Amino acid sequence: MEPILNVENLTMIFGGLKALNNVNITIEQGQIAALIGPNGAGKTTFFNCITGIYEPTTGDVTITPPGKSSQSLKGLKPNQVTQKGLARTFQNIRLFQGMTVLENVMIGRHCRMKAGIFGALFHTHAQKNEEKKAIYDSYEILEKIGLEQYVNEMAKNLPYGAQRRLEIARALATDPFLLLLDEPAAGMNPQETKELDDLIIWLRDNENLSILLIEHDMKLVMSLSDKIHVVDYGKKIAQGNPEEVKSNPEVIKAYLGDESEDA
Amino acid sequence: MVTKKEIKQAFFIALWFMVLTFPIMVIKVNTIKNIVIFRWNYLFWIGIGTFFAALTWNYFLQLKENKQKTETSDDIPLVHKLLQNARFKIPFLIVLAIFFLVYPFIFPMYHTSIMISALVYVMLGLGLNIVVGLAGLLDLGYVAFYCVGAYAYALLNLHFGVSFWLALPISAVLGFLFGTLLGYPVLRLRGDYLAIVTLGFGEIIRIIMENWDSFSNGPRGIANIPPPSLFNIDLNQHNTVIYIYFIVIALVLMTIFFVARLEDSRIGRAWIALRDDEIACQAMGISKVKTKLTAFALGATWASIGGVVFAAKTSYINPMSFTIWESITILSVVVIGGMGSAIGVIAGAFVLILLPEYLRAVAEYRMLVFGALQVIVMVFKPEGLIKGVRKIYKFKKVEE
Ligand SMILES: Nc1ncnc2c1ncn2[C@@H]1O[C@H](COP(=O)(O)OP(=O)(O)OP(=O)(O)O)[C@@H](O)[C@H]1O
Ligand SMILES: [Mg+2]
Repeated sequence: MEPILNVENLTMIFGGLKALNNVNITIEQGQIAALIGPNGAGKTTFFNCITGIYEPTTGDVTITPPGKSSQSLKGLKPNQVTQKGLARTFQNIRLFQGMTVLENVMIGRHCRMKAGIFGALFHTHAQKNEEKKAIYDSYEILEKIGLEQYVNEMAKNLPYGAQRRLEIARALATDPFLLLLDEPAAGMNPQETKELDDLIIWLRDNENLSILLIEHDMKLVMSLSDKIHVVDYGKKIAQGNPEEVKSNPEVIKAYLGDESEDA
Repeated sequence: MVTKKEIKQAFFIALWFMVLTFPIMVIKVNTIKNIVIFRWNYLFWIGIGTFFAALTWNYFLQLKENKQKTETSDDIPLVHKLLQNARFKIPFLIVLAIFFLVYPFIFPMYHTSIMISALVYVMLGLGLNIVVGLAGLLDLGYVAFYCVGAYAYALLNLHFGVSFWLALPISAVLGFLFGTLLGYPVLRLRGDYLAIVTLGFGEIIRIIMENWDSFSNGPRGIANIPPPSLFNIDLNQHNTVIYIYFIVIALVLMTIFFVARLEDSRIGRAWIALRDDEIACQAMGISKVKTKLTAFALGATWASIGGVVFAAKTSYINPMSFTIWESITILSVVVIGGMGSAIGVIAGAFVLILLPEYLRAVAEYRMLVFGALQVIVMVFKPEGLIKGVRKIYKFKKVEE
């Protein structure tokens, strides 16, 4: 079977800095994959390149949504990438502060809705139904993620862990086939991290999703991932299942520093 | 309590003000007698006045800070709380309706005329609120669309005898088109850069009108613009004003109705998302291009309709009615009223337009009053007089 995401020779250069250097990554349907690496390795840049926020210097990104044919993401705007079924969260939370929790999720539904100016002004039959459905769907997503008690709260008033979960809810609302999570457990306490672990597995099993996550919490990464990709200084240095990656000398060197150099 | 430090601070502020205002308040040159008069008593009063003003300012600032510390969740403005309560809402709306209904019959024409201006500013404010308050795009050239609407009616009437009622939809469409036209070149711009370019756009439209003599009659403007017609009935001047008053009331109601619908629609939510976080907004599948263009276009539509009313009301327009000051006045209405808050903008328009008219003494210092008000509002109520609240959804009804 085709991988649902196929990234080939991705390179991103900022001025003189090669933030990504010929990175190749593939993701299979139903997989939970992790992208790890030390600070500044280029993980977030990788997300930005495939979601259209940065235009990569070179390289190809091809997607094969389940049941559909392959297509390239080259030159697409971020909103077009999302429309194709890739949704993401942000390392530094980027919620819409001036909106309620429900409206934040409804924003995710936006690209699956059609109503235009005319519908909004005159409340056409189609617009009303669509709006009703969007409210209902968004509420359902909040229930799944366990945020329904906050439904009419302003997003900015939520506790930190709930804000991270709301980012996931909002991404889910765009109907993705691949979910990209940038450090979803950052700043969470062990209890919240445990719940996140369960949520990610539940999403994979019940929502027919594949997930690629960036994470520094190794316990979470090792327990969740089917496959781990490791980058260091923009270069991919290893990939494999948790056991393989744990014992890979290159990875150990990248994380612990090269001891021979210190001497 | 007033501490020693605060008194010291107020003292120095007073001293500074005395130095600062010395040349204008104290020195007076009498050019006829060729002498200089020093009004030392002014200096004294300025010192005393500033000293106590500084103390009061400080006191209120502290009051506000203490309030912020004790309040955890942000409070809903009183007006919204009252309006959410049906027992209060219905009588309130009835009283309001009666007031506006009888207003032109109990007050003289002059007051009706002022009320019309205020109501036109309500429309303009609500339109600009789409662009600035909801979509977060700082537009300093909004008056351009007001100008487009006014000239559209004046010129179409002059050359083709187009009536007021036909000019309304035509200029609405024109406003929409011009809004899109401005939107395209500024798609990539934000914040200060956007403000500068829109400011330029506003001036360009005015300068074109001033210099393209054969088209717009230049600085002489266009006179004898007819008021709206009412089934060919001849209305005297007073009745015409009353008639325009009710037309404006209808237009304002329409604006409030449609803008509220837009705000709680897919498009309105996209505007707010764009305002709150441009990157996240795009990453959630919203097209930045479409969202910005609809904001500019729909905002401009209302300015343009307002322009038609303005031309019909004054019966004479020239480019001097559409200067940058007009843009700034409308922007002040939005900012002081409350960005993104329809009720706030309405309140802002009444406060800013009616107050200077009735406080004749300060009418000449209008801009000074605006400036002072803006500073006070920004310091003590940064969200504006009445801040916006988002819609509350109830879930029993939706889940069948
Ligand atoms: N827009 C940009 N312009 C210039 N340099 C950038 C830009 N974005 C990222 N970089 C650089 O690229 C490198 C990789 O950054 P990136 O944010 O992808 O790291 P990361 O792996 O996500 O790190 P962390 O674990 O700290 O989040 C860093 O050296 C960073 O400074
Ligand atoms: Mg990162």
